[in-house]
Amino acid sequence: MMGIVFAIVLMTMDHRFNQLEKVRASITVLLSPVQYLVHLPLAGIDWLSDTFSTHKTLLEENQRLNKEWHQLRAQLLKYSALEAENMRLRELLDSSIKIHDRVLIAEVLHVEIDPLKRQIIINKGSRHQAFIGQTIIDALGVVGQVIHVSPLTSTVMLITNPDHAIPVQVARNGIRSIAVGSQEDYRLELPYLATNSDVKNGDLLITSGLGGRFPYGYPVAEVYRVEQDDVATFSNAYARPTARLDRHREVLMVWPDKPDKKPDQPTDKTTKPASQ
Amino acid sequence: MIYEEASGSRYILISLIIAMALTILPLPDSIAGYRPEWVALVLLYWIMALPHRVGINIAWLLGICLDVLKGALLGQHALALTVLAFLMLNLSLRIRVYPFWQQSVMVGMMLFVYHALLLWIYDMTGTVEFTWAYWSPVLLGALLWPWIFIMLRDLRRRHQVR
Repeated sequence: MMGIVFAIVLMTMDHRFNQLEKVRASITVLLSPVQYLVHLPLAGIDWLSDTFSTHKTLLEENQRLNKEWHQLRAQLLKYSALEAENMRLRELLDSSIKIHDRVLIAEVLHVEIDPLKRQIIINKGSRHQAFIGQTIIDALGVVGQVIHVSPLTSTVMLITNPDHAIPVQVARNGIRSIAVGSQEDYRLELPYLATNSDVKNGDLLITSGLGGRFPYGYPVAEVYRVEQDDVATFSNAYARPTARLDRHREVLMVWPDKPDKKPDQPTDKTTKPASQ
Repeated sequence: MIYEEASGSRYILISLIIAMALTILPLPDSIAGYRPEWVALVLLYWIMALPHRVGINIAWLLGICLDVLKGALLGQHALALTVLAFLMLNLSLRIRVYPFWQQSVMVGMMLFVYHALLLWIYDMTGTVEFTWAYWSPVLLGALLWPWIFIMLRDLRRRHQVR
């Protein structure tokens, strides 16, 4: 009986007041051997397949990456010129923003949590200054945000989680909306758009930066269907996330560069999550 | 019942840790939904076999561990496992003498209660999609029970866990 009452009290505290982060973090530390027990053999298999991949595949991959690197360098040349111009124009408008966010690569643990929850666990935690609400991206787009932090690992809620919503705007014309996760796999929904709003198939959605949680300008999803609801009061758009949410091995953690905040470097001494 | 000196706690612990590891072992998406509830099954066995040693308290602690491992609401699995343990504690003496198939049916019913509680809490605190696949671990658990029973019984006898 006591157990049931205590469990209900815990659940209420966790759900309503979010007061148990410390408790959760310490239990996570206690249980991290179990997580690594599962993660290490699988990571070992990855390592083996890397180690024993043939000379030829490595050469091919090297060539491909080299080519890609050169292409990206070429784009970057233009980008830095554009960035300088952008900054100059913004200074003229007196609204300078910093564009450089600091990022850190984190490895996704080969650990599965509840299929109903759409979360992943990464191997960086408060020791690396991860904080709750931190944006997680991969090379192609936004992955999600950190919801629990323990000293060595963090839990990331994916943007496709039905309980998750992310403020976005259409890259083409700046129409703002909110992309909500969906019960269907790998789909985001933009509910309650005005019927005349200009959202089309193939539109890229980027983070709008509103709400102050996700930094501005990261790609989120691509619209693949727009339809009106039954009574034609609103239209709904559906979008596929650009990030490869299902096959991550590495993700990037983003520290938004706020003008009013001093740049923080990761230290191994702090055990407190860096507050926003 | 004769209370003998407790021994072999580490085998109980190891089997529970393995069950937890199996719970977070990544599976391909196509079969991930059909993962049996390893922790609940192993816990059920130990409560049935050693009700004087494994009981509500251990179930509760194990539930908290599961909550953290699965990223669930803190207390969700604790509640469900506590109820599960309570049911098994009350029935353990009877279930012990049942034939396998009858044990399986009982385990299936207890797992049903366990999953119903979990789903109820999920539904109260977030958005869930109802699928029939959600209930598949109940059936799977019942089907797996004889094997888990035999495996853990052998472990218990060989190492004289009492």
